[in-house]
Amino acid sequence: MSNTFESLAEREYKWGFVTDIEAKTLPKGLNEDIVRQISALKEEPDWMAEWRLKAYRHWVTMSEPTWPNVKYPPIDYQDLIYYSAPVQKKLKQSMDEVDPELLKTFDKLGIPLAEQKRLAGVAVDAIFDSVSVVTTFRKQLADAGVVFCSFSTAVKEYPELVKKYLGSVVPVTDNYFASLNSAVFSDGSFCYVPKGVTCPMELSSYFRINTAKSGQFERTLIIAEEGASVSYLEGCTAPAYDENQLHAAVVELVALDGADIKYSTVQNWYAGDDEGKGGIYNFVTKRGKAHTNARISWTQVETGSAITWKYPSVLLQGDNSIGEFYSVALTTGMQQADTGTKMIHIGKNTRSTIISKGISAKRGQNTYRGQVRVMPKADGARNYTQCDSMLIGDKCGAHTFPYIDVANNTSRVEHEASTSKISEDQLFYCRQRGLSSEDAISMVINGFCRDVFRELPMEFAVEATKLLSVSLEGSVG
Amino acid sequence: MAEPLLVIRKLHATVEGKEILKGIDLTVYPGEVHAIMGPNGSGKSTLAQVLAGHPAFEVTEGQVLFNGQDLLELEPEDRAREGVFLAFQYPIEIPGVTNSSFLRAGVNEVRKHRGEDTLDAYDFNHFVREKSKIVQLDPSLLERSVNEGFSGGEKKRNEIFQMAMLEPRLGILDETDSGLDIDALRIVAGGVNQLRSPERSFVVVTHYQRLLDYIVPDFVHVLYDGRVVKSGQKELALELEDKGYDWIKEMVEPDAKPKDAASLFNQALKA
Repeated sequence: MSNTFESLAEREYKWGFVTDIEAKTLPKGLNEDIVRQISALKEEPDWMAEWRLKAYRHWVTMSEPTWPNVKYPPIDYQDLIYYSAPVQKKLKQSMDEVDPELLKTFDKLGIPLAEQKRLAGVAVDAIFDSVSVVTTFRKQLADAGVVFCSFSTAVKEYPELVKKYLGSVVPVTDNYFASLNSAVFSDGSFCYVPKGVTCPMELSSYFRINTAKSGQFERTLIIAEEGASVSYLEGCTAPAYDENQLHAAVVELVALDGADIKYSTVQNWYAGDDEGKGGIYNFVTKRGKAHTNARISWTQVETGSAITWKYPSVLLQGDNSIGEFYSVALTTGMQQADTGTKMIHIGKNTRSTIISKGISAKRGQNTYRGQVRVMPKADGARNYTQCDSMLIGDKCGAHTFPYIDVANNTSRVEHEASTSKISEDQLFYCRQRGLSSEDAISMVINGFCRDVFRELPMEFAVEATKLLSVSLEGSVG
Repeated sequence: MAEPLLVIRKLHATVEGKEILKGIDLTVYPGEVHAIMGPNGSGKSTLAQVLAGHPAFEVTEGQVLFNGQDLLELEPEDRAREGVFLAFQYPIEIPGVTNSSFLRAGVNEVRKHRGEDTLDAYDFNHFVREKSKIVQLDPSLLERSVNEGFSGGEKKRNEIFQMAMLEPRLGILDETDSGLDIDALRIVAGGVNQLRSPERSFVVVTHYQRLLDYIVPDFVHVLYDGRVVKSGQKELALELEDKGYDWIKEMVEPDAKPKDAASLFNQALKA
C-alpha cells in the first residue's frame, strides 16, 4: 500500500510518564501477613480482614486459568508489590489538601480535579496506584441521596451496605483473579443510589497505575436500589514500563427491581511496545445481577493492555430483566485480548443483547468469547448476539468462541458473526473524496464501531474515537 | 487558447507486473468532454483509476500534467483536493458511516485546500439540498451508510451527487452508465450536463454509445490494448455503435485471422 501509511508516526503512548511522588509501599510478595497489613493500613474492621483472609486461603488452593487464548510467561506472584500508595495526609476534605503533584498528574491525563476545571456534570473518583486520591462533587451527590466515594471510605462510613453486597455477585471463590483481588484489593469506587433516585450526573472513576512492579487491585461496587438509575464510566492509564504489570480488578453491580445501571469503560492501560515488551496484564472480573425489570448495560472500549482477559457479564435473575454488552476491542502491536461476556438467563422473559466489535492490526490477536445460557425456568428468554471482526494487515488474528447453552425451548437465541478486512478500495474511495489516509482509516473504523460508540456518553464517545485513531496510526500499510 | 487542463503523455501503467496502459496520449482543455471508448480489457477503467491515483497501479513511464502540475507526484487525496473527481464504476460501501458525514468530511477537506471556509452542519445541509436536486437524490440516502444497500441506480446517482458537492475541475466518469436502466441513465446524464461549464472538463469512460446520446462529447477516443488507436468527434461513437469493436481490432491488427462464428457470437454475448 501507499508510502504514506508506512511513514505515519508509530503509535505513541502519551500517557506513559511516571509521577515522582513519595509512596508507602509494602514489601514484595504475598502471604497472610501482607493481607493483614493491607487491612491494617486501611484501618479496616475485623470482618473485612477476615473476608480478605478467607479469599486468600481459597486463592492459594487455586491455579491460574489456562483456557484463555492468550500466551504469556508465568507470573511470579511473590515478585509483585501488593500495596503502594502515595503518601499524603489523612482523608482529603478539600482539594487544597491534595498533593499538587497528584493533581498535576490527573491534569496531564485530561482529568481535571480542581473545582474550577472539573468536567461539568461528571463526578470523578481518582485512583492513583492503590488508593483513591479524591472524589469530586461528593456533596452535590449527597444532596440527591447518592453515595459516591472511595471503597475505603465506604467500608468506614457505610459498613452495612458493603457487608450486605460485597461478594454477592462475584463470590470470593469465583475465580483465580477474583479471589486474588478479594484478598488484596486496596481501593476502588463505591456507589449507592437509593430507591427511586436518578443519579443527577455521570459518575466516573479514573485509575492510574504509577509504581513499577506494583499490581493494581481495585474493587468497585455499585448498588442501584428499586427504580434507581445511574451511569458510570471508568478510564485507565499507566506509565510505559519495560516490565509487565498486573491489574486484577473486580466490579460488582447490583440492580434491584426496576433499577438501571449503565457501566462504560474506556481502557487504555499501557500496551507494551511493538515487540511485546512491557504492558499491563488486565485480568478483570465484572459482573452484574439484574433483579425484576432491571437493566444492566456494559459498554467497553478496550484499546490498551498487553493482555486483556475480561468478560463483563449479567445474571438475569429477575423476570423481564435486560442485559446488554457493547464492546470494541482493539489489539495491535503484540497485544492479545480474550474478551466477551456471559449472559445468564434465569428469570422469565429476560432479554440480552451482545454487540462485539474486534479490531486486529499488526500482530494483535483478538478473541471473542461469549456465553449465552438459558436456564430451564427462563420462559420466553431472548438473546441477540452480533460479533464482528475486522482485520488490518495479514499478521493479525481474530478468533470467536461462542458458547450457547439453552435449556428452555420457549427461548430464542440468535447469533450473527462476520469477519472483514479493511480494504484498500475503501481507503482509496475515501481518499478520492479528499480525506487523508489517517482520516480514511479512522472513518472506516469508526463506522465499524458505530453501534458500540453510540452507547457511550457523548464526551467519551469522542475520546474513544480519538483513542482508536491514535492506536491505529501506522498499522495500515 | 486557454492552457490545457489535463495533458497525458506516453503513459504506461502496470498492475501486478502486467502492463495495461502502453503509451496513452491525451490532452483535455477546460470545458471539454472527452469520451473514452473501447472493448473490454482495453485499459479504459485503468486509465481512470491511474488518473485518480489508485495504489494498485504502478505508473512505469510517462507524464500527466493537471493544471500545469505533475499529477503523478500527488497522493490520491491531494489530487481530489486539486479538483480531480472519479465517479467509481463500483462505488464502495462503508458500513456505519453516514453518507452525509462522509461527504461533509470530504467537502470540508477540499474547501480547506482551496482556502474557503469549512461548512458547518447548517450550511452543509443547505448545500446538500441544493445539489441533491440535480440527480433527484432521495434525501433518506444521506442518513444511510455510504452506498450500503443502495440499488445500482442509487449508487450511480450518489456518485454524481458527490461530484456536484465537491465541484471538481475534472470529472472522470468510469462506466457510470453500466447497470442503469434508461430512466436512471437520463437522470444521471442530466446531472452531469448540469455540471458542465466552461471551466470544468470531463473524461467519460464508457463501453456503449448510449450514454453519449445524453452526454454529448466534444471528442471520442478509442482505446485498444492500452493505446489510443483512433480519435474523432462524436460521430466516431456512432460509427463504433454501428460497426462494433472488431472493426477497430482489424484496423489495429490487420494480420489477425478473421474470427470464426463462435467467437463472434461470444463477443456479441459479452456486449
